[in-house]
Amino acid sequence: MIDREQVLHVARLARLELAEDEVRRMSAELSDVLDHIEKIGELDLDGVPPTTHVVEVSGALRPDVVEPSLPHDVALASAPAVADGGFLVPSPQADAEPA
Amino acid sequence: MSEFEPVIGLEIHVQLSTRTKMFCGCALSFGAPPNTLTCPVCLGLPGTLPRANAQAIHFGLMIGLALESELAPRSIFHRKNYFYPDLPKGYQISQYDEPLCRGGRLGDVRIHRVHLEEDAAKLVHAGSSGRIHGSDASVVDFNRGGTPLAEIVTEPDVRSAAQAREGLTLLRTTLRRLGVSDVNMEEGSLRCDANISIRPAGSSALGTKTELKNMNSFRFLERGINAEIARQEAIVRAGGQVVQETLHFDPQSERITSLRSKEEAHDYRYFPEPDLVPVATSEEMLAAARGAMPELPAEREERLQSLGISAASARQLAWRSELGDYFEAALAHDGHSRPQAQPLANWVCNELVARVGEEDPNASNVRPEALAKLVALVSAKAVTVSNAKLVLDRLVADGGDPEQIVE
Amino acid sequence: MSTIDVIELTGAAAVEALERGELGAAELFDAYRAAAVDDDLNAYLWVAGDAPAQVPDGAPLAGVPLAVKDLFCTEGVPSQAGSKILAGYRPPYTATVVARLTAVGAPLLGKTNQDEFAMGSSNENSAFGPVLNPWDRTRVPGGSSGGSAAAVAAGSAPWAIGTDTGGSIRQPAALCGIVGLKPTYGTVSRYGMIAFASSLDQAGPLTRDVTDAALLLTHMVARDRCDATSIDFPGAIALPRSETLEGIRLGVPEELSGESDVGIERGVLDAFNATLRLAEGLGATIQTCHLPHAPHALSAYYVLAPAEASSNLARYDGVRYGLRVQDGGLVGMYTATRSQGFGTEVKRRIMLGTYALSSGYYEAYYGRAQRVRTKIAEDFRRAFEEFDFVVTPTAPSVAFELGAKTDDPLAMYLNDYCTVPMSLAGIPAISIPNGLSEGLPTGFQLAGPAFSENRILEAAYALEQAIGFDGTAARGAGP
Repeated sequence: MIDREQVLHVARLARLELAEDEVRRMSAELSDVLDHIEKIGELDLDGVPPTTHVVEVSGALRPDVVEPSLPHDVALASAPAVADGGFLVPSPQADAEPA
Repeated sequence: MSEFEPVIGLEIHVQLSTRTKMFCGCALSFGAPPNTLTCPVCLGLPGTLPRANAQAIHFGLMIGLALESELAPRSIFHRKNYFYPDLPKGYQISQYDEPLCRGGRLGDVRIHRVHLEEDAAKLVHAGSSGRIHGSDASVVDFNRGGTPLAEIVTEPDVRSAAQAREGLTLLRTTLRRLGVSDVNMEEGSLRCDANISIRPAGSSALGTKTELKNMNSFRFLERGINAEIARQEAIVRAGGQVVQETLHFDPQSERITSLRSKEEAHDYRYFPEPDLVPVATSEEMLAAARGAMPELPAEREERLQSLGISAASARQLAWRSELGDYFEAALAHDGHSRPQAQPLANWVCNELVARVGEEDPNASNVRPEALAKLVALVSAKAVTVSNAKLVLDRLVADGGDPEQIVE
Repeated sequence: MSTIDVIELTGAAAVEALERGELGAAELFDAYRAAAVDDDLNAYLWVAGDAPAQVPDGAPLAGVPLAVKDLFCTEGVPSQAGSKILAGYRPPYTATVVARLTAVGAPLLGKTNQDEFAMGSSNENSAFGPVLNPWDRTRVPGGSSGGSAAAVAAGSAPWAIGTDTGGSIRQPAALCGIVGLKPTYGTVSRYGMIAFASSLDQAGPLTRDVTDAALLLTHMVARDRCDATSIDFPGAIALPRSETLEGIRLGVPEELSGESDVGIERGVLDAFNATLRLAEGLGATIQTCHLPHAPHALSAYYVLAPAEASSNLARYDGVRYGLRVQDGGLVGMYTATRSQGFGTEVKRRIMLGTYALSSGYYEAYYGRAQRVRTKIAEDFRRAFEEFDFVVTPTAPSVAFELGAKTDDPLAMYLNDYCTVPMSLAGIPAISIPNGLSEGLPTGFQLAGPAFSENRILEAAYALEQAIGFDGTAARGAGP
């Protein structure tokens, strides 16, 4: 089960905004899926190591050799907003809530 | 004696002096124009993948050896997830529960761990050209984004601001000797956060800690920690409770302000980075790191003491390696007027430092051989101590040869 | 050659015709370009304007054009992963696997439609509209590589590449009556593939026959220094020639072929069983085997894949590329951009994955799912001690009607029931056309141990000859 409060909390973490009907629907759908998923809780997995990578690769380190960077205009070419040679964003400070 | 005892742990971020970034081949930036040292990987473009820099891992192992840490045969990168404009992927690649190095010590402070991660980009306030819908805006420069960082975390063994400063000084010297970083606090290649709590003196309980962020000089580190200790003491004396939060020290006003809003409640959702494989520390890598180790401050301190130098001077010369280097250059000065080690050490540590302060004496007007000659003149009683001090004043001001000044 | 004849050539046959000079590369490209432009299945999101100036002399693929799933980055060409949040995005670089194929003479024909960020089994989750199944335009082509599968089946591409995270190559291949191969994890570079779930995503070919799959795969596998998880394929991929299954032991996992749990359609099972009899006729032995943890694969998958996706999709924040919706300050911009840029299924999975990784739930969900993954890989290892291959129906049903499952995420997820276990184990698997049920294609899946691609291709080739599937109806079945 995932309730309304949890849905809202998770949406905040994921930077998603859900309309009221989406919150309700998401809560119901995610609960269904989680009910199904929770079947793995029935398995005895004591002492079973987790699999993070199905294939282990060694020596995948990169030598410290400079490679060409992108030209400045190419780096910024897809940016929605640009100023002073950089990517323009709303200031994070403006969001800070008064203490 | 205060009724409270501070308990302080340090988290130190060190930018590593590799040629390229942690996970891509872009050169590190030294004042390059914004966004000229970026590539699809460090801009976090769709479809790109990180590749760990072998040299950064080599430097990490050297730091671990210098701090007498246990080097992990296998360490793992995790993703630390949060949204911020200086974080192009929406997560920082960092090490979490399987770091490169565990344990160790820095002087009398125990080390908890050393791990590797990538630096964030730089966020600058936009000028008048950059406002969004009439609101304040910032500009992101990704040149710094992805610079390799070693994060060194101490145990909460520090008991005063002065001790924190002393520990950081030793660390800076050690890292400089290793050649793994520029360790310049003002330029941000060495950054220190402090976790601070207080408890009744004699108690072993731990109080609620606050995190004081990014103090960008040794002086501010000391002042910031003292200010925070005072703030916590005032709260507790007034019957209040310290709140766990992240704080910022403003050196101008000496005020402490809360850094993050409540919305930012930490939930970093760490999980193993699937785009990177575990770092397997091979025998070859260990041998290369061991082979690259220079003489460290502790070893230098011992060696200087064996020359007959007092413990206090030996420590000062070893921990401030530029003083040590100056001293050794002076001592090596060849000639009939070779000074003795102890008097020379005294002149470097007391008289010269009193005159040049925090500056590197190697960059001063007083050449090492000049000081060596002056100390030899004093030892030979060719000049009195008080006159010699006047000569040193002249040397600091104008340079020159002490013999000529004496005449 | 007439256009119809040209389009009836498989990729390998076209290579031969080009090498013999019976066909010009420009002629071939133009025939397919015209077919792709005329495509009325919504299989393409972008089609190349001109034939490439020149195909390198002696290039092994001789100029046979290639359709590429939208999520592969292609320099200067829209690469949108089927998402509104990347609408119109043109990357400054090309994915390694696309660059490799172009270099050996398979020029880019077009970018194919897909479920948004590869999340879906019907191609109905594309921000650019659903793809229709060429066998029946009221039905879905499967997904997420639905555009690639439909284009190859309908003859608007000779062959295509797609990606498979939990079945996204094999299931649409099955539903469109073509061949789809998911290689061993790590053998094909992921660099430049817009990520869904990094530890599972794998590129592979979608082709009209097994020979074409082998031919494309030959030029796809290679360790890539840009992908730390990529590995060398031991040896080379060979073109299959075997016409027998003498001595081959096929294991039929009870857990993935019964009627009880999964609800595999009668017609699909009948076609599957008929192929098992053909296999016996070719000399194979067939026995029931067990993958005891396979019934839990879907659960583990729907923890791991959304968890990784929730992190992989955090970069779509309106700062550096793609959609930006301004709404108040920074947090407002983030949430407005992401809420309007992502579709419903993507949001659902981001929510699921964020929840599974969030404080207090990690061990119960992510940690456990990783352990289930270990058990599933062990199940396969044990099965491969006794069997050469594990075989199953690829998808539990034939292509279903558009809209049939869009309101029931769980029912949609069950499409991947038979394909997800192999993805979790990182092992190779192929789906080949397996005859029709009620006039619609079904798929037969063969899975083998890591790096057994050559053996899988040989066995699939032998079965393909015996089955004798005829896919021309999909190419002639225009409106």
